[in-house]
This record gives sequence, structure tokens and C-alpha cells, in this order.
Amino acid sequence: MPTKPAGTLYRGKVGMWSWVLHRITGVAIFFFLLVHVLDTSLVRLSPEAYNAVVSTYKTPVVGLGELGLVAAILYHALNGVRVILIDFWRKGVKYQNVMFWVVVAIAFIAFAGFAPRHLIHVFHLG
Amino acid sequence: MATEFEEMGAVPSFTVTLFVRRYNPEDGQEARWQDFDVQVHGTDRVLDALHKIKWEMDGSLTFRRSCAHGVCGSDAMRINGRNRLACKTLIKDLDITQPIYVEPIKGLEVEKDLVVDMNPFYQAYRDIKPFLIASDKPEKERLQSAVEHSKFEDTTKCILCAACTTSCPVFWTDGQYFGPAAIVNAHRFIFDSRDEAAEVRLDILNDKEGVWRCRTTFNCTEACPRGIEVTKAIAEVKQAILRGKA
Repeated sequence: MPTKPAGTLYRGKVGMWSWVLHRITGVAIFFFLLVHVLDTSLVRLSPEAYNAVVSTYKTPVVGLGELGLVAAILYHALNGVRVILIDFWRKGVKYQNVMFWVVVAIAFIAFAGFAPRHLIHVFHLG
Repeated sequence: MATEFEEMGAVPSFTVTLFVRRYNPEDGQEARWQDFDVQVHGTDRVLDALHKIKWEMDGSLTFRRSCAHGVCGSDAMRINGRNRLACKTLIKDLDITQPIYVEPIKGLEVEKDLVVDMNPFYQAYRDIKPFLIASDKPEKERLQSAVEHSKFEDTTKCILCAACTTSCPVFWTDGQYFGPAAIVNAHRFIFDSRDEAAEVRLDILNDKEGVWRCRTTFNCTEACPRGIEVTKAIAEVKQAILRGKA
């Protein structure tokens, strides 16, 4: 039996792509938390092992990863509030599009405040 | 000699390329794109182009249509990546410098070309009890104020074309989800003051595969050919479930 037609990508608008990004950032944050819970629980087994693992995080690569983590959390948290408002605020549906751009704006401002300070630490420029 | 174009009030005509997704369960081949160059008028809809292909170029092209005027809801299909009724989409409103892509709606099994199996869609519709449930038997009509009617007027407009349900990313991956159309039709009775079974329907939709599957992507609202605010209706049902009443 031939497979089902794959066809083109559905051309959704802001609502669909905000959801796709929400899902991607959500999965990324989940995997971070998984590793984070594991490395933190290591301290109960052996503080030396914990220190050894955490010291390997102090590299520019992980530092840039943390930058991505903060960006993902900012978007996921703010868009989560938007989704709650869509479901439970009377005018949420009407303003969903505007709210998405507000989410992007707030996330961008917060990220712009965080990124320079963080990069100074990561690359020991301070 | 005056050409067709120069005549007073003449409708301009032009050639467009249509890429149609073809699939025949009997030829053992994968689904594939087939292109057709069609001469159309400025007043033609995508359905007219499909008719022209079927009647003049390739009689094996298979699609559904009945009224051809946006009322019956038979010809929902994916046109340039978005769910639309072929009979309500004017070709001149699309970007005719590019080919027009026409595919079956997504998430339901393709039977042939643009025809999909609508049974799972209709089953979800039946499951939400799409009929008036009232215990009293009045002598005349059941009275309802304009304000009461306005609560569900929007969702009475549904024509069951499946454009909304098959635009939903959740439905594509989880065929068990009731889908926007079933919820819209439940909404139509849940908020009807003459109906007495709102709790029954709210209970049906408070299911794992009910309204909570909705991720508010708004594809359904954007796809609805009747302009129903589908996502808003779903949100109202969510809120009614939390309140425990309509």
C-alpha cells in the first residue's frame, strides 16, 4: 500500500508558529532540567564528583548554551502567560496576535539586559 | 479586429499552472504532484479550474463538490498550503505568477486524489450529540431572546466542511482528538437556552481527547470559510467546563 501524501507544509500564521516555538523551547527546557536534576543529585552521592562535573560546565560552549537556555525560558514563560490569557481572559482570543508581539518584545528586552552581563562572565572580560 | 480583451466589460482571461496532488490506491504508486496549465477567467474560482481539468484534460481527477457555492461544504481542500473551499477561492486573489498547489485536507486518510475519508470526522460530530435535547413539549415554538441567541449564533454557521479540524496540528498527529468542528457544534447546543443537556456535552468534551487538546494555534479560525471564531468557541467551552455549567 502506498504511503499517505506528504504534501506541502501547512501555512499557518502567528498562532501556529508561536505554538511550534513553544513546543521546541518546552522540549529543550525539559532536557536541560533532566540533566540539571541528575547533576544536582550527584552532590548527595559524592561532593567531589559533583564539583568535577560542575567545573566542566565552565567553558564558553556551555556559557553560550546558557544564553540559549535563558532565551528559551523567557519565551516559553511569557508565551505560556499568553496561552493562559487566550483560554481564560474574555478578550484573549481577540488580542492573541498583539499579545504574541508583546511577548517577543518583553523577551527581547529582558534578554538584552541579561546577555551582555552573562557574556562578560563567560569570557572573563569583566 | 477587436480581441476578447478589448471588448467593453469583457472578463480578462489568463493561464495559470495548477499542481494537483494525485493519488490512486489502485495503481500502486506513491502520491505525486501533477501539473496542469489551465486557461481561466478573472471571475473563476479554483473549483472552476479543477472542473476544467476534469472535463477537458484528465477525467480521472477526483474531488468532491456539490453545491459549488460555499454552502454544502464538500470541497474543502488545501490550496497553497491553507485549508479553503475551492468554490470560494477566486484564482485572481492568489499569486498567479506562481503555480497554485492543490492538495487534500490533512489528517484524514486519502482515498483518491483530493477525496479523503470523512468518517472519523463525522463520528466525532455524532459523539457530541448535535441535536436539541429538551424534556418539555411546548404547544408552539420554544421562545428565546435575541440576547440568548447571540451566545451561540456564531457557531450555528458551521457547514461541516472539515477545513478547521484538518488545519489543526493536534488533529494531524492525534486522530482521536474531537477536533474544532465537533467542539463548535457542541458549543452551538451547550449555549442554547432551549437545550437541557449542556452538562452531558461538557462532560463528553472534558475528556483526554476533548477541549484540553486544543493548543490555540488559531489555524481553525483562520481556515473557517464561514468566518466562525472557532478558537474563541473552544475557549468558551473550556471555561464552561471549569465553571461546571454553560
